[in-house]
Amino acid sequence: MDNKIALHLENVTMQFGGVVSVNNLTLDVPEHRIIALIGPNGAGKTTAFNCITGVYQPTNGLIEFMGTPMVRNHPSGKDAKSYKGENADKYTGEVIAPTPDQITKLGIARTFQNIRLWKSMTVFENVLTAKHMRAKQNVFSAVFRGNLSEEKRMREETLELLKEQGLDEYKDELATSLPYGLQRRLEIARALATDPKLLLLDEPAAGMNPQETLELSEFVKEIRDKYDLTVFLIEHHMDLVMNISDYIYVIDFGSEIAQGVPKDVQQNQRVIEAYLGVADQGDTE
Amino acid sequence: MKQKNNLIPALTGIILLLVFVILLENISSLIPNLPQVFQPTSPLFTVLKKAAVYSLVAVSMNLLNGFTGLFSLGQAGFMLLGAYTYAILTVPSDMKDQVYYLFGGCAFDFSLVDFFRSIFGAGGFGGAVALVLACLTALILAGCVAGLFAYLIGFPVLRLKSDYLAIATLGFAEILRAIFQWQKLGPITNGANMIKGFPTFSDFNITDSSGNVILRLSTFVPFLLTTICIVLIVCLINSSYGRAFKSIRDDEIASEAMGIGLFKHKTMSFVISSFFAGVGGGMFAMYVANAQAKAFTSTMTYEILLIVVIGGIGSVSGSIIATFLYVACSEWWLRFLDSEMYIGGFKVPLLRNGFRMVVFSVVIMVIVLFFSQGIMGDRELDLKAITGYLTGKKRAKAKEKVPAGKEGDK
Repeated sequence: MDNKIALHLENVTMQFGGVVSVNNLTLDVPEHRIIALIGPNGAGKTTAFNCITGVYQPTNGLIEFMGTPMVRNHPSGKDAKSYKGENADKYTGEVIAPTPDQITKLGIARTFQNIRLWKSMTVFENVLTAKHMRAKQNVFSAVFRGNLSEEKRMREETLELLKEQGLDEYKDELATSLPYGLQRRLEIARALATDPKLLLLDEPAAGMNPQETLELSEFVKEIRDKYDLTVFLIEHHMDLVMNISDYIYVIDFGSEIAQGVPKDVQQNQRVIEAYLGVADQGDTE
Repeated sequence: MKQKNNLIPALTGIILLLVFVILLENISSLIPNLPQVFQPTSPLFTVLKKAAVYSLVAVSMNLLNGFTGLFSLGQAGFMLLGAYTYAILTVPSDMKDQVYYLFGGCAFDFSLVDFFRSIFGAGGFGGAVALVLACLTALILAGCVAGLFAYLIGFPVLRLKSDYLAIATLGFAEILRAIFQWQKLGPITNGANMIKGFPTFSDFNITDSSGNVILRLSTFVPFLLTTICIVLIVCLINSSYGRAFKSIRDDEIASEAMGIGLFKHKTMSFVISSFFAGVGGGMFAMYVANAQAKAFTSTMTYEILLIVVIGGIGSVSGSIIATFLYVACSEWWLRFLDSEMYIGGFKVPLLRNGFRMVVFSVVIMVIVLFFSQGIMGDRELDLKAITGYLTGKKRAKAKEKVPAGKEGDK
């Protein structure tokens, strides 16, 4: 892969009490690629996402975004004793722990596995509100209407974004009244409104029928090209993953078990075992 | 867009309301022999003044509880801060020895009223300018003090969620009340005694040289102040920040992921809400013509919370309508329940002192059980609904609701 690395995870470990959810995960997401993270249920995919987006602070490890360290932590205090992972001494020193909004400001936007749209708002307002972060204003200019041109620009951009996503005909409807597939699409549109460089999609096809899934994979490729994005996604629909990913990481029980281009991963013995169980052990389900 | 279309009708509505209030207030001197209701001593004006003050506090509480989703019960505490700030800053120097006689005078030897009088003169037009400027400055400072305290306690408290936040802010308000009654602070707060002698709403009535009132403004002034403050709050709610607040109410995690800093925006909402609660507290002091810590109990917070719930959480116009209804009921319409009544020789049962609160509680229970959305839910009155309402059934209170809705609708 010759592209510049957008997101780099190094020895990321996330431990909750005695449970290691993500274990020593190292991966690279090159710019302008679509990279997938797959694994069976409970493998720690969403936890990995939450570490990247600042919802959790990883117990150990380093995350770099566009070449600069974004998150960095090492086990300390109580965690140091109970720490089960590796590389505990590698990342001592400065702890970097940004909040999710700071990470979004750097240019990482995400969607959620269970849709989290703002329920009381219309489709238009959902996208408009996501533009708040990048708006040049303060609370006084907002109250005394000194930011009218900024507000107008935000509204125009929102409308344009909705048109591009084919959502403009629903713009005055409540976000939650949309059909499921469109809600997913709206969540992506909302994430795009924050002007991201990297888009994290957490199971974008969950609950979609095959037709919608097919449309979604076209859609992801389309927005990748249009907004010059890097896409990093978690998915269970294997046909979608195999169809759109440039590269795949497979994790199970928090640890990486395989990586490679879709064709290789499909035939990888450990991946098949992880998904289907091991054939020669009679008691596995 | 939508805002522009509504700006002119909204402004017209507000101006009409204010003109209406002035006319209503002075109608008894224009037309003789009006029924008692229109006389200056009528409960109507007490209700209007109190409701004007309370509606500001209710809307400020709604900004926090309804629009940002932070369940805070510190409103009375911030009102107390505002009331005391206003009172201490505006008691004229020559009144101080009299007010603070238990403590041998006031330790705080400054009065905004005297300060502005020394610039503009004490009598005539200069005196009026001095009074207006002193009151405005004191009210703004009252808000600032409340806002500053909100900022400081926001640091530890805003990390808490829902019920915990409510308990923490309630505790804060109670602690403040105790501190302000502390005898050792007497030279400043006058201990448990009330501070009085500062300018009140009735000082805004314009009198001739012999002291007769020629133009009453004592109801107009609270209306004007409240209107300005509520317009500012509505502007905030409809701005980008207001949307950010609503997004936090709807889904904190999503807001954070969309780059809306939770702590920053929660603090902002808390400080702004407290600022207006402080201004409301100052106005409350003007309304009751004294400032006394024991008036700002948690019962007052519950009263305001009740208004917000009845009006509809997340609706500015709902809060305003509910305030006028609530205050009118508690101060006027349901008063008869407190006095014994005889129809002929028959004594109506149950009517005695305190029965009003029983009926009131039942009414509130009915509202909460059967109209849990409140009067307005989270909607605002809009112009079409109002015209429909006015042409349809016209009620006594409708006129007050109209501009409120317009404000909310922008």
